[in-house]
Amino acid sequence: MRLLGRSDAGAASADAREAAGTVISVDGLGKTYGAGEDAKVAIERVDFEVATGEFVSIVGPSGAGKTTLLKCLTGLLEPTTGRISFEGREIAEPPARMAIVFQDYARSLFPWMTVARNVELPLLDKGIGKAERRRRVGEALEAVGLPGTERRFPWQLSGGMQQRVALARSLAYKPDCLVMDEPFASVDAQTRFELEDLVLELRHAFGMTVLFVTHDIDEAVYLSDRIVVLTRSPAVVRKILEVDLPRPRDQAATKGHQRFAELRTELLELVQTQRPTSPRPDA
Amino acid sequence: MRRRARIVALELWLPVVVVAAWWTLSAGSQSLYFPPLETILEEFRATFLSSGADEHLRPSLVNLGLGYGIAVVTGVVAGVLIGMNRWAAAALDPLVHFFRALPGPALLPFAIIAFGIGTTMKVWIIAFTSLFPVLLNAIDGVRGVDPTAREVARAYRLGRLRRIFAIVLPSASPQIMAGLRVGLQTAILLMVVSELVASTSGIGFFILQSQQQFEIADMWAGIVALGLLGCILNAAFGLVERRVLRWYIATHGEVVR
Repeated sequence: MRLLGRSDAGAASADAREAAGTVISVDGLGKTYGAGEDAKVAIERVDFEVATGEFVSIVGPSGAGKTTLLKCLTGLLEPTTGRISFEGREIAEPPARMAIVFQDYARSLFPWMTVARNVELPLLDKGIGKAERRRRVGEALEAVGLPGTERRFPWQLSGGMQQRVALARSLAYKPDCLVMDEPFASVDAQTRFELEDLVLELRHAFGMTVLFVTHDIDEAVYLSDRIVVLTRSPAVVRKILEVDLPRPRDQAATKGHQRFAELRTELLELVQTQRPTSPRPDA
Repeated sequence: MRRRARIVALELWLPVVVVAAWWTLSAGSQSLYFPPLETILEEFRATFLSSGADEHLRPSLVNLGLGYGIAVVTGVVAGVLIGMNRWAAAALDPLVHFFRALPGPALLPFAIIAFGIGTTMKVWIIAFTSLFPVLLNAIDGVRGVDPTAREVARAYRLGRLRRIFAIVLPSASPQIMAGLRVGLQTAILLMVVSELVASTSGIGFFILQSQQQFEIADMWAGIVALGLLGCILNAAFGLVERRVLRWYIATHGEVVR
């Protein structure tokens, strides 16, 4: 496995990254909750960069502080130490060119609003005309495969469809960067595969950078260009893994690829060997 | 439709039986306390469904409407402002609970010396007493807005007013409605009590005056009128509530009580 660690593909993508420019840079980020004796260090120190157009996943054992890291990255939470910049500017509040898809669609979509209103909501205070808003809502719903659902309510849709609405909301916002927090953790496997492919398509079609938090090893390998592996809390970056699998990805072909299996095993070992108890022989 | 008809039939049979029994058993009654229902209904019609309504019903409804209206507006506005400020909510919590627990009629002696026995006193006591259940529930509802909803609002950079009207208020609405329901019951109670204690008009005054003049059928007519008024207001409230909380009933099955 390590033979391919600095493969040609890896070197090539590193060059490509440099050429594309950096969209997010995380520099010595640390986050401690509370102070004094009750202080809990969630993130010790995390550094990484995300290039424009890149698909980067953040993976770690549960309780690794993935959500904390994501909240810092999106400006929802202030880091204790270090700095994060987005498009060259330090993040102090959620940036206008960044959209977030939350894990729990049942909470992030508002049941008192129609689907169209949910998607339109972020556009309302942005000085965008009514006709333009309606056009964007229609396009976004079309793009996620839910045309004509404008007048329905989120609770009239299945879980997978609701997460598509949440995705449409972020698309209508026209972000440069899409941040997703375990977005498919609560849908069934078949729907999850469909949504994974949808995200890849949309990222390609809209040319977005994607930052994707997940605890699912297969999902991370399947989707990403690179994977940032965190240790258990207090988190540091354990390794940044290059995913040198060809694109476009395909559920059957990509997952049948030998390289997929290798990467998957490597990632699994990186995540699993950090259990508090000594690793089991069969792990 | 047939199912609906069955439910209506199920709900109506007992009241019909009770009224029929009352009518039959009280027919020709010579009892001072329990005059025939026929007489009571006749007085009811004469007093509350004709010209008498203006004299006895309207003052009560005006007081109720003004008092409750003030309580609703003040309670919801203050509740949102206090609920959105953690420090204000913590500081005011004991006071709100104190006034919520204080039985409204206990304030009547004060209200009478402060405002006399006119409309002002009644509107004040209705508004002040029904304010606290509304306020308490509004504060709680606003504080209980889901953290994810707040994060969505921040992440998509919604304006402050947009946050309040598109997210905070609707999200708190099930609890706000629960507070409004309790507030309405409190308001009706204080409407009557304030008229029983110090008044020259209104349903409460009519009941008391009839009793003092041994017009027992009139007294009963007033009581029937109050019962019906309560039912009508409750039903109207239910209609509004089902409309406002349509999404909540669809996702949770029932409203907060």
